Formats: sequence, structure tokens, C-alpha cells
Amino acid sequence: MARALIEKRMDWTGIGFAAVLTVVIIFPLLVVGTWAFTNVWRYPSVIPQEFGLKFWQQTLARADVWSSITTSLSLSVTVTLLSCVICLPAAYAFARMEFPARNLLFFSFLAGHAFPKFGLLVAIAGIFLQLNLIATFWGVVLIQLVGTLLFMIWIPVAAFQSVDRRMEEAARDVGAKPFRVFWSITLPQAGPTIAAAVLLSFVGTFYETEGAWLIGAPQIRTLPVLMISFINNQPVIQYGAVLSVILWVPSFAALLFARRIISSGSFARGFGG
Amino acid sequence: MAVLDIQGVTKKFSTTTAVDDFTLTVADGELVCLLGPSGSGKSTLLRMIGGFETATSGLITIDGEDVTRVPPERRPTGMVFQSHALWTHMNVFNNLAFGLKLRRLPKAEIKRKVEAVLDLVGLGGYGSRATTQLSGGQQQRVALARSLVLEPKILLLDEPFASLDQHLRERLREEVRDIQQRLKITTLFVTHGQDEALALADRIVVMRDGHTEQADRPDVVYREPATPFVAGFIGSMNLVDGTIANGVFTHTGFAVPLAAADGPATLAVRPEALDIVPAAGAGMAKIHRVTDYGTHAIVDVDLPDGVRLKAMVGEARNWSAGQAIDLKPRAFAAYRYNAAIFRSLDNG
Repeated sequence: MARALIEKRMDWTGIGFAAVLTVVIIFPLLVVGTWAFTNVWRYPSVIPQEFGLKFWQQTLARADVWSSITTSLSLSVTVTLLSCVICLPAAYAFARMEFPARNLLFFSFLAGHAFPKFGLLVAIAGIFLQLNLIATFWGVVLIQLVGTLLFMIWIPVAAFQSVDRRMEEAARDVGAKPFRVFWSITLPQAGPTIAAAVLLSFVGTFYETEGAWLIGAPQIRTLPVLMISFINNQPVIQYGAVLSVILWVPSFAALLFARRIISSGSFARGFGG
Repeated sequence: MAVLDIQGVTKKFSTTTAVDDFTLTVADGELVCLLGPSGSGKSTLLRMIGGFETATSGLITIDGEDVTRVPPERRPTGMVFQSHALWTHMNVFNNLAFGLKLRRLPKAEIKRKVEAVLDLVGLGGYGSRATTQLSGGQQQRVALARSLVLEPKILLLDEPFASLDQHLRERLREEVRDIQQRLKITTLFVTHGQDEALALADRIVVMRDGHTEQADRPDVVYREPATPFVAGFIGSMNLVDGTIANGVFTHTGFAVPLAAADGPATLAVRPEALDIVPAAGAGMAKIHRVTDYGTHAIVDVDLPDGVRLKAMVGEARNWSAGQAIDLKPRAFAAYRYNAAIFRSLDNG
């Protein structure tokens, strides 16, 4: 009886946290959302004087906006694909093979995330300058690729390790060569978890700003970099707000996609949970 | 159909020798059981035949063709794993069709073969099921069918029923035996269950520490175990250490006349060959407990020094705990230094 009573009590701490999080996350989103559809909003009015799509038309009429959208999308797709080609075989090797300095290499992927990122980027920018990679598309691809390494290696390694080796042996037994086993058995078995990693790397690349700005500026401007410069340099708030709302689209799409293909446990499994 | 020949095969892992100079020939259509405790090397041996481990030395041939270093995908062997290892992202049909597709058979023929093998294992019409929807026994049948559909020369079974319950295990092993007889397929079966080996095998190979203790027909292995290890591993067996002097084996109060040279010896008596009678005098032993199994009863008896023996009796109610009794072994054997030195004539 006592236990049942305790379990029924309201979890005030939890509700408190939820409320704070809601205010901190939802409220700014609401404000930005409102600004994006506002034509006139002057102090001290609580709600805008005039709603409208005026600034959407103005924003979307700008050539730099469209070119940055194209840049962002092609950058994210290129980085994600390259990352798959490089990291998935590497992850398989980490999961299934023994080789010298395996653990050292495995933990070296943490290095990119273990130090202050901006300092690292500045150092890399110095090297890229020598290599004529500054302000080029492939320079930005390279820097973003480094950013995706951690979760494109670590999550798939966990996914591959959780695939039953007997399944792979059974496939060898019925006549499949090692690559066919990987393609037809291992990859589909590890599929949902790897999809999670791919999604993370796409979204992560799409929203990354520091590397994209430091290596890409001024020629290569991604959508988030453009938004930041709008917010910093434009007296009109709406430009930034409109871009920010546009930027929500890929993350919403990613979320919906994630809900469809990823069963609830996959993310946790990917992180070894 | 095929002959499997294993000649002097050794498998060493970094510090241990799993299989030690092992030799065995499996005749065409024969079903041989590799029986032994865990760590005896039986699974390693099977995995070497399947191609999942490479022998350190020795030769494995199938129909005279050397396969010792051939990768598993090019061996004419089919393996059924303990954990069934079905591919959960494919349905039953695709699990069975995978190997056939790799062989580039026409679609219609694949369909015909898969349906035929599903009928063979009693799962006709289950093709579109997801493997995860099947029961444990059905999953193991699909795993068996996946190997059989490719018509391997040698069928390898690695403790395939270990994860199933007793009842299902018995039924499946009868089915496997029927299928094996019908297809006349040369089969090697690994198990640590002696009842499974006795029920299935044409020949049992009892393994210990990577070598053969005894290889013979099940009835011979049961009735004439070559070593005390086999005696103790197959069926239940009373093993008593003692000495032989002047044609009599003795162990504190328990004396059995047998014709063998003087010296230390181990006496082996099966419970069903150990008769007990109410004590004439003080008695050789005391009953500790009587366990009634309905069809028969097992009487645990304690010798004066505490060594416990088991005797099988027909009626539990004739005996009670604490009763003093005499022991009369009907059939027995004696071992010295790992070899049999005496067997009584009546081996029943």
C-alpha cells in the first residue's frame, strides 16, 4: 500500500524541469516565429501591429539566400555521403578486426571534440591556407568531415558489434563471400542504428557554423552563416527571423524521418545503452 | 553423398590446444555424434570442418578432396548453429532462398526447392512469416531447412537443440533422424547431452580435452565404456576406487570377486545393474534416500565411509531410509590407469 501511495504522488521536480525547459525552448521559438511573419512591430506593443509575408518576399528575392541554401544542401549531402564511404568500412574494421593501435586510433576520434573547437579550427585554417583550401567548397567539406567522424565511427561500431556473428557465419556457410555478407546481412542488421548516425551527421553538418565560417568565408556561405551575418549586420530583425524559420525545415524533416525509420531503442543501442 | 575424412587434425589457440591430433572417418550416410563436456574441443572440430576455424595442422577431406584451407562459402558443408542464426531482417522464404539466389538459380526453381524443403521440415506454407514470429522449435527447423535446401554433402549440427525444452528437443531429434535417414546425408552432430547421442547416432565419438576417448556404436559405448571417463559421462554410473587382491575387489566393506591382477582399480557399476537385498548381518551399506520415479525408483546407499552409490529398483515401497542392506552387482567392470582390466560377462 505504502509503495502505491508513493508512486502516485505528483513528481513536482519533474514538472518544474519540464516547465522551465518549455519556457526556455518554446518561448524563444515563438518569438522568432512571430518576428518572421511580422511586417511592423514597434515598442511598446506586446503583439505586432501588422502581420504579413513582406519580409519573406524580400528575403527569398535575394540571390545570396538562394545560393546559400544550395551551398548548405550540397555541402551536407556531400559530407554525409563521403562520411559513409569512409567511416562505415572503418567502423566495421574497428568492430570486427584486430590490428595494431586499434584502441588508440579508436579514441583519437574523440580528440576533435575534446579540445576547444575554435582553437583547433584556427590551427587547421592555417594549414588550409597553405594548401589553398580556404574559401573553397572542398575545404569546408573537409572540415565538416572531421566533425562527423566521432559519431559516424562510434555509433556504427556499436551497431556492428551487436550483430550476431553466427548470422554472418551462416551466410558464409550458404555461399556468400565476405563482402556479400557485409552487404546483405551485417549492414541491414545494423541498419536502423546506422541511419541514426547518418541523420546526426547530416543535421550536424547542416547547422554547423564555426568551421563553415572560418574556412569558407567569404566565398562559401552556408545558410546558418548567412543568418548570423544578417543578425549581426542588418538593422531589420525580420531577415534573420525568416532565415531561422527556414532553417527549422531540415531539422523537422529529419525528426519525422527519424520517427519513421528508427525504432525507439536504436539511438540508445548506438550509444551502447 | 559423401565421405568425410579427418586425419591428424590439431587446433591450437594462443595458449591451449583445443583439438589434439584428431582422426575420424565418417562413412557415406552415417550420423556421427561428437559427445563431450564443454571445452572438450567438439565444437572447434565441427567449426574446422565447416571452415570457420583453420586447422593448425592435419588434413580434412570430403570425398577425397582436400578442404582444410578452403573458406566456408566454397565448402560442400551445411551448418546448423545452436542459436539458429536466422537472418531476422528476411522472412522465412528469403532465409531459405538466399543461398540459392547466390547460385543464380532461376526464380521458379528457387520457389520449388524452398517449398519442398519447408514441407520436409513440416513448415509448409510458412514462407511469408517473419522469423521472429516463429517459436524456438520452428526457428530451428527453418535453420535446418536453410542448410538442407542447398543439398550439402556434409551436414553439421552444433548443439542445435540446446536452447529448446526437453519435450521439444526429443521431438526434433526424432525428426532430424528421420530426415537424415530419408536423405541419406552424411551428418556430424555435436552435443553434450548423452541421451541425444544415444538416441540419434550410428556412432558416438566421446571427446575429452581434444582427443577421442572412445568411438563406437551407442550400445557399445553404453555397455562397454573404454575408460572410466566414458563410463562416468554416458548414462549414470557408480565409480568406486579400491584395490584388487587375490581376485577380490574391496572398498571398505564392499567386496566384489573379479578375475584381474592385483593392484589399485576403479569399479564401475550402473545403477540398473546394482541389486540390493535386505542385510543378512550388519549390512554392507545403509539406505540414505529412496526416490520414486513411478516406473522405477532410485535408492541412494551410503557405504560405511560415506561413499554414495545409486541402485535402481522396481518398487520404491520395499525400501526405506536407514535400512541396512547388502549390495550385489550383477554386471560391472574394473579400470586401472584409464583402461578396462575386467568386464563381467553379463553386461545387461
